[in-house]
Amino acid sequence: MAELLKVDDISMVFGGLRAVSNLTMHIDEGELIGMIGPNGAGKTTAFNMITGVYTPTEGDIYFNGQKSSGKKSYQVAQMGMSRTFQNIRLFSELPVIDNVKIAYNMHVSYNLADAIVRDKKYLQEEDLITQKSLDLLKIFHMEDKAYEMAKNLPYGQQRRLEIARALATEPKLLLLDEPAAGMNPQETKELMEMIRWIRDEFKLSVLLIEHDMNLVMGVCERIYVLEYGCLIAEGNPEEIKHNKRVIEAYLGEEVIS
Amino acid sequence: MESFLSQFFQQLINGISLGSIYALIALGYTMIYGIIKLINFAHGDIYMLGAYFGFFTTTQLRLSFIPAIILAMVCAALTGIIIERVAYKPMRNAPRIAILITAIGVSFFLEYTMILLVSPQPRTFPAVFTPVVYKIGSLVVNSQQIVILASAVILMAVLTFIVNKTKVGKAMRAVSFDTDAARLMGINIDRVISTTFALGSALAAAGGVLVGVYYNSIDPLMGMMPGLKAFVAAVLGGIGIIPGAMMGGLILGVVEAMISGFISSTLRDAAAFGILILILLYKPSGLLGKNIREKV
Amino acid sequence: MNPLRKFDFQAIVACIITFAVFQTLIATELIGPFWELNMVLICINVILSVSLNLINGYTGQFSIGHAGFMAVGAYISAIITVKLGMSFPLGILVATVAAGILGFLIGLPTLRLNGDYLAIATLGLGEIIRICILNIDYVGGASGLMGIPRLTTFASAFWIMIFVIFFIKNFKNSAHGRCCLSIRENEIAADTMGINTTKYKVMAFTLGASFAGTAGALFSHYFFLAHPATFTFMRSFDILTMVVLGGLGSMTGAITGAVLLTFISAWLSDYPEWRMIIYAATLIVLMLHRPQGLFGSTELSLKMFGLGGKDDGRIAEGR
Repeated sequence: MAELLKVDDISMVFGGLRAVSNLTMHIDEGELIGMIGPNGAGKTTAFNMITGVYTPTEGDIYFNGQKSSGKKSYQVAQMGMSRTFQNIRLFSELPVIDNVKIAYNMHVSYNLADAIVRDKKYLQEEDLITQKSLDLLKIFHMEDKAYEMAKNLPYGQQRRLEIARALATEPKLLLLDEPAAGMNPQETKELMEMIRWIRDEFKLSVLLIEHDMNLVMGVCERIYVLEYGCLIAEGNPEEIKHNKRVIEAYLGEEVIS
Repeated sequence: MESFLSQFFQQLINGISLGSIYALIALGYTMIYGIIKLINFAHGDIYMLGAYFGFFTTTQLRLSFIPAIILAMVCAALTGIIIERVAYKPMRNAPRIAILITAIGVSFFLEYTMILLVSPQPRTFPAVFTPVVYKIGSLVVNSQQIVILASAVILMAVLTFIVNKTKVGKAMRAVSFDTDAARLMGINIDRVISTTFALGSALAAAGGVLVGVYYNSIDPLMGMMPGLKAFVAAVLGGIGIIPGAMMGGLILGVVEAMISGFISSTLRDAAAFGILILILLYKPSGLLGKNIREKV
Repeated sequence: MNPLRKFDFQAIVACIITFAVFQTLIATELIGPFWELNMVLICINVILSVSLNLINGYTGQFSIGHAGFMAVGAYISAIITVKLGMSFPLGILVATVAAGILGFLIGLPTLRLNGDYLAIATLGLGEIIRICILNIDYVGGASGLMGIPRLTTFASAFWIMIFVIFFIKNFKNSAHGRCCLSIRENEIAADTMGINTTKYKVMAFTLGASFAGTAGALFSHYFFLAHPATFTFMRSFDILTMVVLGGLGSMTGAITGAVLLTFISAWLSDYPEWRMIIYAATLIVLMLHRPQGLFGSTELSLKMFGLGGKDDGRIAEGR
């Protein structure tokens, strides 16, 4: 399968601190990849570099064959990467449906003048956007909440709305930053199944951050493990489960000896 | 060439006296911003009130300069505390913009209430000293400038001592570093904030009295421009940083004096705002500040 | 008919009726010159407040230098009509474009700043504009530009106001407008949705500035002069009060705020010193007890009144 994302030896240095050090990884089309590591391992920093929030101090990132590092995060998003946040960042004072509509923005072709005079092009496209947004909300069982304020949704639905919003940009790669944070085991299990379903249904690749190792084991095809900013292991869940360094990182050395 | 140099040094002297007044006001801005992240728009008006307190203590109570300025500082400190308690304290957790609007509201409220109470006409500030003019070569220094500079230096030294050596100063620094952690350590946040407003307002009032002494004229809207410019000075030095405010004030004063001396006095005000825009664009954290960015 | 079109059509009919009523009242002199003046002033203030609301309320960029752009419009239009002897509509157009260009040039660098810093920078720039005008002898310097003919009528002010309201309303309900709203809500998230936040901030700022220029042109051609003292920070504060009173982010709020405050200052015209105290006190009390303004960011609509309601509300209702 074709390579979608290539992370080539990137590092991020804040002052004297190396938050991520010489990370190399790749994601192929249609893959569901996990990135795990204890708290403070540099997962979110790596995420921020991939999505253009930070520019790596060393190394390059390529997406779909084009260099994406050094671009601004909106440009990275336009290349086909979309993300969610560890601490939910919804457009909370806007209706649920507008959260999704906003994400369709880059596929809108009418211009300012069309919008001001409300010509046919504007009206047709607005209808289409509304319809697409409602369809997407339906998939996430939120169509009945479409006109409620996003901030009034319960926590679990806010998380799902964030994923729906990310999907509305029609990405090739979906990056999820701890999507299960704050969920109970049952909700987490459902979420993981949904992620796999999304991958198949929308035909995209997924990169998933979790610090809880067990969650990703069931769903991801390949896993990258970070510790103190360095990549310590890479492989399928079975390999990771038996990797000595991973066990050390998670459980401490004394357990091994 | 020689006339250029003497003109330059003359403007430098003028600029330093003006700048030390800006510095006094800027200190209050910077301390208040450091503690509660509020641009206290009303700060320039505290300076104006200080000038009026000084005016009344010298004309009505017939006090001499030093007791007059101290009394004016005490009155302004109380005013500062009251303003904080009434207008800002209930807004601690409100959105930043709401607090900013409140501060603008307080500023206009003070200005126009004063217009109503004391009339918009400028008052002549009484001469508290017999003006003496010293000549050093072709340079002219008058006694007011010396008094301004001496007072400013003394007040800044006292402030530096309070902030660095006393318990309340330590608490102020703790609160400005991390309010929540300071509260957990048992620091009475409300009292620290009140103290900050009191200190800042007292310094602004001192600035007001000194300006009255320097220019001999005060009016209810006198705080508007110097207030904004002192804010520029605070941003220039790095807002929240005390030595930065002193430095920013002096730089601004000197630049303004140079522009009015060599170019045109009407462009003076534009220059201050020009500096503000430049500093915000190229080094928004100020000359002495460090860059911080939002965590994603 | 598409429901959006239908709504617009009804709103325009409502505007025509409103206009006809007031125009008749003026023609039959049931509304005297004092209130006619205030009605024109209302139209100008509504343009100013809805355009500031576009920047502050919708896009969340806190600008307090609106008077500067108004000044540019007032002066540029006066140069066109008085100095160059050209027509008033051209004057309005050039004023709008000039203020827009200036807004673009100012917005591009400054909108990188946020929150408090942007507020101070726009305040400073507004003052710089005024001080520059003060130093240009061609437009009268400190004594202002006098002898401007009264070319603004109630009709022109009213219809230009309606145009601006429709423009901003339709803008808000487009993809472009939604991008602006998303910046207000969460700039970082907007960025990751592929929205070029700088572009939309500058767009909103430029549009807001142009309409302030339009208002300035109407203003100087109604009050016979353009004077630097008219366009101080105080004027920006006036406009800000209107927007905040009505509720940041609400079009109907901005309109109501402008109408209310124009009336209040008309009533207080004999006691000018009280006007600013009342404005200031209103703002403080409002922020302490209802920081979201009268309407918050929601729009006033006919449903809130059953069948009744006022025309202004109807014009700008959500859709």
